[in-house]
Amino acid sequence: MTAPATVVEAKNFKSEVHPDWCPGCGDFGVLTALYQACAQLQIQPHELMVVSGIGCSSNLPGFIRSYGAHTLHGRLLPFATGCKLANQSMTVIGTGGDGDGYGIGLNHFIQAMRRNINVTYIVMNNEIYGLTTGQVSPTSETGMKTKTSPFGNLEGMLNPMALALAAGCGFVARGFSGQPKHLVELYKAGIQHKGFALIDVFSPCVTFNKLNTYQYFRDRIYKLEDEEHDTSSFHAAMDRALEWDPKIPIGLLYRNPDPQPSLDTLDPALTTGEPLVHQNYMIDAETRKDLIREFM
Amino acid sequence: MLEPEVVVGVGGAAGDGTASAGNTLVLSMARQGIAGYSYNSYQSVIRGGHSWLRLRFSAKKPLNQGDQVDVLIALNQDTLDRHLQELQPGGVCFYNGAKFQPSYDPPAGVQLCGLPVPDLAPDSVKLPVMQNTVAVGAAVQIMGLGFETLASVFETTFAKKPAVVQKNVEAARNGYDYAAKNFQPLETPLHPTDQKWAQSSGNDLLAMGAALAGCKFYVAYPMSPATHILEWFASHAKRLGICVRQVEDEISVVNMCIGANHMGARGMCATSGGGFALMTEAIGMASMYETPAVIINVMRAGPSTGVPTKTEQADLNQALGASQGDFERVVLAPISMGDCFVTPAVAFDVADKYQLPVLILADLLLCEGSETVATEVLDVEFPIDRGELITTADGSRQEPYLRYKDTPSGISPRAIPGLPEHLYTSGTDEHDEDGVLLSDVFTDPIRRKKMVDKRHRKMSTILHDLPAPILEGPADAETTLLGWGSTWGVIKEAAERLTASGVSVNHLQVKTLVPLHGDEIAAVLGKSRRVIIIENNHSGQFARHLRAETGIVAHGHIRKYDGEPFEPKHIVSAVNDVIGGQEIVNVLSTEPGWRTDHPTGTSGPWDGLQQVTRPGVPTKA
Repeated sequence: MTAPATVVEAKNFKSEVHPDWCPGCGDFGVLTALYQACAQLQIQPHELMVVSGIGCSSNLPGFIRSYGAHTLHGRLLPFATGCKLANQSMTVIGTGGDGDGYGIGLNHFIQAMRRNINVTYIVMNNEIYGLTTGQVSPTSETGMKTKTSPFGNLEGMLNPMALALAAGCGFVARGFSGQPKHLVELYKAGIQHKGFALIDVFSPCVTFNKLNTYQYFRDRIYKLEDEEHDTSSFHAAMDRALEWDPKIPIGLLYRNPDPQPSLDTLDPALTTGEPLVHQNYMIDAETRKDLIREFM
Repeated sequence: MLEPEVVVGVGGAAGDGTASAGNTLVLSMARQGIAGYSYNSYQSVIRGGHSWLRLRFSAKKPLNQGDQVDVLIALNQDTLDRHLQELQPGGVCFYNGAKFQPSYDPPAGVQLCGLPVPDLAPDSVKLPVMQNTVAVGAAVQIMGLGFETLASVFETTFAKKPAVVQKNVEAARNGYDYAAKNFQPLETPLHPTDQKWAQSSGNDLLAMGAALAGCKFYVAYPMSPATHILEWFASHAKRLGICVRQVEDEISVVNMCIGANHMGARGMCATSGGGFALMTEAIGMASMYETPAVIINVMRAGPSTGVPTKTEQADLNQALGASQGDFERVVLAPISMGDCFVTPAVAFDVADKYQLPVLILADLLLCEGSETVATEVLDVEFPIDRGELITTADGSRQEPYLRYKDTPSGISPRAIPGLPEHLYTSGTDEHDEDGVLLSDVFTDPIRRKKMVDKRHRKMSTILHDLPAPILEGPADAETTLLGWGSTWGVIKEAAERLTASGVSVNHLQVKTLVPLHGDEIAAVLGKSRRVIIIENNHSGQFARHLRAETGIVAHGHIRKYDGEPFEPKHIVSAVNDVIGGQEIVNVLSTEPGWRTDHPTGTSGPWDGLQQVTRPGVPTKA
């Protein structure tokens, strides 16, 4: 709080802990792009709170030099919401995987978007359960064979882009960890968006997902920035969200042109802008007497 | 001189205004310095069914709802049918004589007071609830109290509607005057005193106590009987500057609560058993993170959805077994509604100082019942102790900050996120002093053991900061009545009655369940020839806990799991049964009013009944 802000470089965000992801894991690209984005936005490491769930990708807070919390499977968004409400002066970023956010934590994901808390949520979507060594995920393609779907996935594939749009998310984007520069721009826009921002990132699992490989995505993705896509149009965004094979759009699908204020600015206790953690928590004697009088 | 007391029973269907009639009566008493205790027995319906509110009044503060009813206010035929038979000689029954009549003869010596409500309150034709006002006015009169205080209650209740005030005051006045002309007053009237009483529920007091203890964040999902805590916070959020949120489920609730606490705000959440079950994984997270959090479980009768509107003390096992692994936690059970007020302050301080989750086990009896509390008990400033919390950084730190530093006390100074020079990441995985995970290395038995030991070391001193049980009654009594949590008031009264009848008993009530003051408890019980554990559950969860922690096996057990709380007479009778040789007494509330198939005209099987109060007659001989 009192230390003067210093110029921050990407390397300042690199922690002393070396990531233990498999060589070639898509999450490396997600992480280094995050260093870059935070440096370009000149976020001080001590003003950054990175909250994750459980899974390979959720180890990320350990690899970034900032404040962090590696929480429970699927629960990063409620935890991050509590963090943001308690101290809205911090930049709060959620990082997790598809099983964490779209499986066990799906209800929280939908509610967080509806709630519009100012948290940037980065989902490393590898369409497989990696840390548990290769089981079917909510975003696994129908028909995909995994250890727990040996005859092919019988269930439908969750579409996080369409779901986010339907849930009222004001910032919906998708990136690819094989294109880190593009990812940096999405992160920066997402962090600067004053409300909940979803950035789903194709982050291939080189060990357990032999279908959705780097090459799989390189063959299919195209950038919305190269198209005449109107990011302010909900319907245009929904059309793009429904595209999959043979072409998959990446980039910013939707940014609400008329965003609602985020929850952390609307709550009556937070409208002064003073973070809850720095507010006076003592109730004066006169107010206390009034509270007692309500019972008389 | 023993204080007179009166128990008023108000019954009707949900929607008949039972609660508001009761509230008017309680406030009117409290404003005259007469203390009250109320217990509402109701069904899980919004309209209809049967709602039965018992209000016990005396200048000497009542500690439970009592054994019987002296004055019955029947708001419908059903109530008259169910409860008229429970009245004792000298008892009084009010009902709207224009609408319904008793279907059987009242017990001998009971005064039937039909009120010609349409004559006394012409508005009652359109507004049936006016019959309540007439009856309340009449009841106040026969209890020997003046009218003015009652009128003042209508003035505040309907402060924004002068016409409504006037109608209610008129109706109450007419009821009052009609009673004065037509009915016999109670033999021993209630007397106003100068004591200032505040009337509130355990839920109110948990909420207000937490707010005064510096709670800045409250989050919950509606669940009976804890919902009112959320409503209190929501209605006071703006004025008190507390962030109050209702969210999607109890999993979200507790994780959000721990997130806010992690950042440095005092945060609390509350639920009942089912919601608590959803919270348990995250409670272990708070312990692993060494992040304080206060979590309330207002117990109701289980298992599963159970009996949502009934009381029980059967979630102790759940609190003991919450979350996986060996982890540090504190479990507190407030022993009265007034104690609900101070418990959050104790919980927050201990949570902050020792950096762990504190669970509060309250129950429906405490939280939905109401009690008068002396205003001076509430008008206190809690000395807030946040422990070793680092909230500022001036740039002078020399050595690297270790969030989980291995200290002699086990307590590591906690920096709130946002400060320079104190960066750390907390993990639910096992981690080293700097927060870096140990879980992903091949194996590290030395550091793993060190961190488990460090966290557990905090528990070695924590008992000094937690309320020890207090022995009431003679230390050398033959029999010790041992209870925990909400049963304090009813056991205390039973112990007094037993003592008065020549049975040698004392009473020990436990509030701190985890950790347990084992040495202090053993010292008391070691002097006792007979230990009887009294608890509101089926399996004796506390008895098992006590045996596990101390090796002490009680001689007798008094249990109740029929949904209703203990009454003093139940305990008096059951203690005598245990002294007579019975090991376990399972108490059942068998008054005719509770069961429509019960033979009418009797007062139930309790030997204790005849020696307890009659209207206006002193409680004790």
